[in-house]
Amino acid sequence: MSDWRPNIVVFACNWCTYQGADLAGSLRCDYPSTVNIIRVPCSGRVEPEFIVAALKNGADGVFIGGCHPGDCHYREGNHRAIRRFILLKRVLTSMGVEPERVRLEWISGSEGKRFAKVMKEFNETIMALGPNPIGRDGNGR
Amino acid sequence: MAGKLTLAYFLSGGCGGCDMAIVDLSETLVDVLPRLEVVFWAPTVADVKYKELEAMPDKSIDVGLYSGMVRLGEQEHIAKVMRAKCKVLVAWGACAALGGIPGMGNMHTREEIFKTAYFDTYSTDNPDGITPQTRCVVDGKYELTLPEFYEYVRPLHHVVDVDYFVGGCPPHHSFVAEAISAVLEGKLPPPGSWITGGKAVCDICRRNPALRGEEREPITAVKRTIEGVPAEGKCLLQEGYLCLGPVTQGDCKALCPKVNIPCRGCGGPIPGVKDFGLRAIGAIAASLANEELVDQIPSPVKLFYRYSLPASMLGRKVK
Ligand code: SF4
Ligand code: SF4
Ligand code: SF4
Ligand code: FES
Repeated sequence: MSDWRPNIVVFACNWCTYQGADLAGSLRCDYPSTVNIIRVPCSGRVEPEFIVAALKNGADGVFIGGCHPGDCHYREGNHRAIRRFILLKRVLTSMGVEPERVRLEWISGSEGKRFAKVMKEFNETIMALGPNPIGRDGNGR
Repeated sequence: MAGKLTLAYFLSGGCGGCDMAIVDLSETLVDVLPRLEVVFWAPTVADVKYKELEAMPDKSIDVGLYSGMVRLGEQEHIAKVMRAKCKVLVAWGACAALGGIPGMGNMHTREEIFKTAYFDTYSTDNPDGITPQTRCVVDGKYELTLPEFYEYVRPLHHVVDVDYFVGGCPPHHSFVAEAISAVLEGKLPPPGSWITGGKAVCDICRRNPALRGEEREPITAVKRTIEGVPAEGKCLLQEGYLCLGPVTQGDCKALCPKVNIPCRGCGGPIPGVKDFGLRAIGAIAASLANEELVDQIPSPVKLFYRYSLPASMLGRKVK
């Protein structure tokens, strides 16, 4: 297990977290190469299906990054995102998925350093949890 | 379709309600009966044995309706036999199509279920600790068998290929007539689809605010059905009764909201939705006014996946 590397899927809002990730790059901040970023128009675009599909298809952790409250380009998107996220997390927890495998944060376009720091943290959390059991035991089909 | 249409029906892991939904057709059934020949209907209606079904030539039956989920080895076996013998196989009702109410058993292991059923329930007296065995010998010479009780519930399409899905717990009798005539007349959608009018319960519900030209407002309370009385003609969801009408197929003609009860999703997911519960979570959570309300939803898994847990992406509780 020592050479196991997690697979982390990050849904990053185009208007904030994705720009934050870009800035982290320009500032040459290090963050783990286990992070795979998927750009989405808004955190409100991330349906619960996307998160579970990622977990089922080999992601060990799923992260959603959106604009700070009040800053969503589409006004309401991040509010919807957090409500869905809280509800999905309750459901996943009841279904035996470790709640720490999913995380949502607001990260703006100017928070490049913070993006890198949060990614390092999340990577450590997932490393500590180990591989995601979903899929391995044939869950679903 | 020339000549008589042959029909096979099997009640698998269901309650018999889906059989009743067909029998309920009464007059309509009398109309179609002359065109229908029931070659197998076990265990409720016709006295045809499994071995007789097994002896029929492959693809010799026009339509097979399979109701109920698959939990036992016997149910899996008949699913395979039905698939081989029937030209068209329909997952009939919520249990067969999605796992249904018994699918909530997928939140528990087989051991937990046996412990409850054969040890813990108040009315159980089991001093020898006996649980169902697939084989046992009585008096040293009689070998008796029982079908295997599998670890999990599966919808029919996880066991064999299914041509059509029909939702409802049970399918509403007005829709049963439509679905049966569609099959009789061969007016069917592409294989693999649901037989449905394609509209959501909300589209048909007379409580829909859109009918009065009103916008939906964020929901400011979460209520259980035992709390208060829903206002006449107002949307239940808007009032805080978590109605799943927005994501459910409305072939029942919005039966539950008509009698003040929020839709629980038995009709199955509206077209294009793969995972009913996840879509319901997305729809309901997004319409709540604040985060605190999310925590007030009681037993969310059994609310959002009441009829569809085995057919969902996760399918069952992760061990
Ligand atoms: S779908 Fe409902 S009515 Fe039909 S067998 Fe299952 S529980 Fe009974
Ligand atoms: S949410 Fe329920 S009560 Fe409201 S319109 Fe839809 S089906 Fe009717
Ligand atoms: S309103 Fe919903 S729960 Fe009630 S019968 Fe129709 S689909 Fe089923
Ligand atoms: S645009 Fe960034 S969260 Fe909506």
